[in-house]
Amino acid sequence: MASEPGAPAILAIDLHLVHEVTSPQAFTGLRERGLKVRKPGQTVATADHSIPTLDPSLPIVDELARKQLAQIEANCREFGIPFHGKGSPTRGIVHVIGPELGLTQPGMTIVCGDSHTATHGAFGALAFGIGTSEIEMVLATQTLLQRKPRTFKVEVTGRLQPGVGAKDVILALIARIGIGGGTGHVFEYTGDAVRALSMEARMTLCNMSIEGGARAGLVAPDETTFEYLKGRPFAPKGAAWNEAVAGWQKLPTDEGATYDRSIVIDGDALEPMVTYGTNPGMGVPIGGRIPSPADVEPAAREDLERALTYMGLQPGGSIAGQKLDVVFIGSCTNGRIEDMRSAASVLRGRRVAPGLRVLVVPGSQQVKAQAESEGLHEVFRAAGAEWRESGCSMCIAMNGDQLEPGEYGISTSNRNFQGRQGKGGRTFLASPLTAAASAVTGVVTDPRTLPGVAQPVAVSRSAAVEAN
Amino acid sequence: MPEPFARTTSRVISIARANIDTDQICPARFLKITDKDGLADALFFDWRFTPDGKRREPVSFIDEPHNAGRQILLVGDNFGAGSSREHAPWALRAWGVRAIVSTGFADIFKGNALKNALLPIIVSAERYAALQALVAAHPDGEWTVDLETEKVTQPDGQTFDFEIDPFARTMILAGTDEIGYVQTRLPAIEAWEATHPTRVETREGVAAK
Repeated sequence: MASEPGAPAILAIDLHLVHEVTSPQAFTGLRERGLKVRKPGQTVATADHSIPTLDPSLPIVDELARKQLAQIEANCREFGIPFHGKGSPTRGIVHVIGPELGLTQPGMTIVCGDSHTATHGAFGALAFGIGTSEIEMVLATQTLLQRKPRTFKVEVTGRLQPGVGAKDVILALIARIGIGGGTGHVFEYTGDAVRALSMEARMTLCNMSIEGGARAGLVAPDETTFEYLKGRPFAPKGAAWNEAVAGWQKLPTDEGATYDRSIVIDGDALEPMVTYGTNPGMGVPIGGRIPSPADVEPAAREDLERALTYMGLQPGGSIAGQKLDVVFIGSCTNGRIEDMRSAASVLRGRRVAPGLRVLVVPGSQQVKAQAESEGLHEVFRAAGAEWRESGCSMCIAMNGDQLEPGEYGISTSNRNFQGRQGKGGRTFLASPLTAAASAVTGVVTDPRTLPGVAQPVAVSRSAAVEAN
Repeated sequence: MPEPFARTTSRVISIARANIDTDQICPARFLKITDKDGLADALFFDWRFTPDGKRREPVSFIDEPHNAGRQILLVGDNFGAGSSREHAPWALRAWGVRAIVSTGFADIFKGNALKNALLPIIVSAERYAALQALVAAHPDGEWTVDLETEKVTQPDGQTFDFEIDPFARTMILAGTDEIGYVQTRLPAIEAWEATHPTRVETREGVAAK
């Protein structure tokens, strides 16, 4: 709305998502100022980061986590914010429940004290992570002061091969541009390969925009978006639905719009990706080799040496075949029902490798219920994996689910920073398909090498033309 | 409410590595607090202590006695990547840091830093290299960072200019924050809202516990 000379614009916020970890100090600030939450009806809260994923009837042993979880509940009660808390069938990771409840809609401005808020950009919403001072600002005013970001077009052409998904696309993008490559920009994902993605896959793609440095990333809404939203609890109903869709159809970027930067990724050529280092930009195709410090530019050499030392990996070695202790399938990146189905498709009728710990953590209680109605939990359990309650779990290792020092984990989450998944833990980031295949063998494994899993189909020239 | 801040004179700590993420600055397990207490001890914790809790040998730069009280960091590119946790600037401020000089900062970190009167000072790659050389040559030289004039004075007497977002600069110099600013504009916000109906009502639809 208003913008005064020299001052940032005042941006109205349509939806504010709140969780237990980054909000307590903001509520304290409100109390100190004697302020209320200005728009509790545009605010929604849940508990996801520090909540245990074990049997919910057990007491929470971590006293700090217990206190933090009690506090979000008390804060929501005091300030009139709807809370999807422990015991609620609609609790879950904040970026999973927003879309599944239909709260996330095209054209909205959405913020949350969490850098993976970009997930909601999959609906053509402007969604980005904020700090606690900004949480307090949004609670108090339902606005933020913002300067306009630059735009960065990410075009993914062609068609993804079997065994290659949205996670591989985003890891490939970040490997190309680096983890600071999108700083100051908003990504817009376009191209045939993006259009062909399901909503859940688009969420995976947008989710990791921040790992490429961009606070937000979005996909223009289309029929796939509307189909996903229709009938969800908070989506418009009846005549309001038709009116809303008509408005959303006008949102996509104009043909021929210009961007500050752009990149084209050949979707046909992408392979499953795995990271070898200590930031999400340190990734290679699964058939590739761990780079050698001698092969990279001098500025990146020390970073790479430090990363390989931490990871305990040999430069020039194959990434496939690296030994694992733990497999984590879940998170706001890959904890939705399609991710559960993808992992289950590999584990059905197979066993996890001896000695390996495999955690499957649904992104929300609704994902959990849906998976159980499809019998996926039985597939995971029969394979020897643990099936848990929903939450952020080992992605951020705040709730007791963590790697032990020195352990190697393959993870469908979003960050492989030093210690991210537990002090001294060592993370390989990958897709649910790759993580599940690796669970079977106990080493980093190309899912396409397992019989019956995502076999490459020979796409003949005529078939490709037909598809066009 | 924050105190006004205009300048500091201090020695510099150099951390010549790029992409220092917020999980390094303040590991996630220190995010279970519900206030801001104790964060100075969490700063760069896993660089300072082994996984079993022993102080690393040799000690991390943060624990070297001659670095105590230094308020200016000189760090590699893309400082503050990753998580949006404001605990990172809180931990830096709690330890005593007031200004960070780098070729670049992650967007969310930069915004959070400014809201805590922690100055993210961006320099060119050439200047960064020159400053690293200068710190190596004069590890105990005094530097002055002046927000009012947007100038850094080096220990050799030379100066260079920097730029902070003018709005954030005004807020930091005055010791005020943005909420007061926006509150005085609520009538305009309400007028805008009157013609832009809310998109969702989170208190309806499904019963939240």
